[in-house]
Amino acid sequence: MHSAFVISQTDPRPLYQQVKDQLRHRIAVGALKPGDEIPSIRQLASDIRVSVITIKRAYLELELEGVIQTRQGRGSFVADNAQLGDSLKEQELTQHLRSALSAAALLHLTEDQLVERLRELRREDSQGRS
Amino acid sequence: MTQQVSPQAFALRGVSKAFRYFKLENLSLELPLGQILGLVGPNGAGKSTTIRLLMGLMTAETGSIEVLGHRVPEQVAAAKAGVAFVSDDMRLFSGATLAWHMRFVASIYPEWDEAYARTLLKHFNLRAEQGVKGLSRGEHIKSMLLLALARRPRLLILDEPTSGLDPVARHELLTELMQIVRDESRSILFSSHNTLDVERICDQIAFIDRGRLVDARDKESFLDRWRRISLDVPSGVTLPRLKDVVNLTLGEQLATLTTDRYEPALDAVLQASGARITDVQRMSLEEIFVASVMRSRAEVQS
Repeated sequence: MHSAFVISQTDPRPLYQQVKDQLRHRIAVGALKPGDEIPSIRQLASDIRVSVITIKRAYLELELEGVIQTRQGRGSFVADNAQLGDSLKEQELTQHLRSALSAAALLHLTEDQLVERLRELRREDSQGRS
Repeated sequence: MTQQVSPQAFALRGVSKAFRYFKLENLSLELPLGQILGLVGPNGAGKSTTIRLLMGLMTAETGSIEVLGHRVPEQVAAAKAGVAFVSDDMRLFSGATLAWHMRFVASIYPEWDEAYARTLLKHFNLRAEQGVKGLSRGEHIKSMLLLALARRPRLLILDEPTSGLDPVARHELLTELMQIVRDESRSILFSSHNTLDVERICDQIAFIDRGRLVDARDKESFLDRWRRISLDVPSGVTLPRLKDVVNLTLGEQLATLTTDRYEPALDAVLQASGARITDVQRMSLEEIFVASVMRSRAEVQS
């Protein structure tokens, strides 16, 4: 599953963040299920050619966020939480909304204007599909 | 400096070495086992001198050096059994083939892995029967890397390994380097001015300039501490005096501030002054390197 990892050095996100985002995304879409084993830190580092310390940081943060669990001597696993996929999708949405908020602040948009823009986009999308 | 509990691949402590036009001054640097250290510096900064001292090829005037638990230069033979070293300016015997060199290295080092050597021939696109005389510069470097890697060293030291390689060979080399540190007891020291390679695969980073260590720490905290902050500064607003500002560029109602001690609290301090933050950017290792070196040179001069 890690062969499909794409780590880019021209992405503005730091490397550890890219590793986190891609693991979270795999869990959100169900490619990785609760309880599934994920590669060891050194295995993943060598497979995607990114330093061990970077993968270590990504795993540590995912563990603190309750997304993965590391069992001493047995490896790392996706947390045993059936709702994990849905909650990660929720978090992805929150993340996108946050960046929309800060972009809107730069344009000095009011909350109502931002909500109206969102409605407009939704109308455009549904018309585009019909 | 605090005493590290974890074993070290090497440790330099307070090492100095003077030449007629160059002096390596009071250098202390360590590499924990299982990690990759990127030694980054401009030409003539002291990277190769540091490596020669580690290899026992020259003797320090002060300080102590330990490599794989052995004192250097006193126990250099024991240290070198586990160390493989490739430098840009090393040459193979021009009258022999690569296969001859492989047999030669295999006869000296019992850890030589012939099967791995064969695999590396394929990965590096080399032919064992080819004479050294006919090798291109890139092939020459790849041959030396093969001879070093197939020894399965505990510590691999590479001086500017990627500078003569094409992008495909560089990719293959980085892949092989990352294979090495699957084993928690193997370590790599990698001197380079290719900051992109260093940023990608190194765990520890050390900046060196004009014989002095400018900064050394693990890569994640290196990249985390530096930020470039863009600000709108309305007329009448004065930016607060901040320490840890590496660079401040002021323009008409605009300012760019570079810091190496970033924390989110800084945003609030700046905004409280009446300035408006328009962007907070992380910096690439290359940008951090240049900023560190410029600051260090300014400090030395003042």
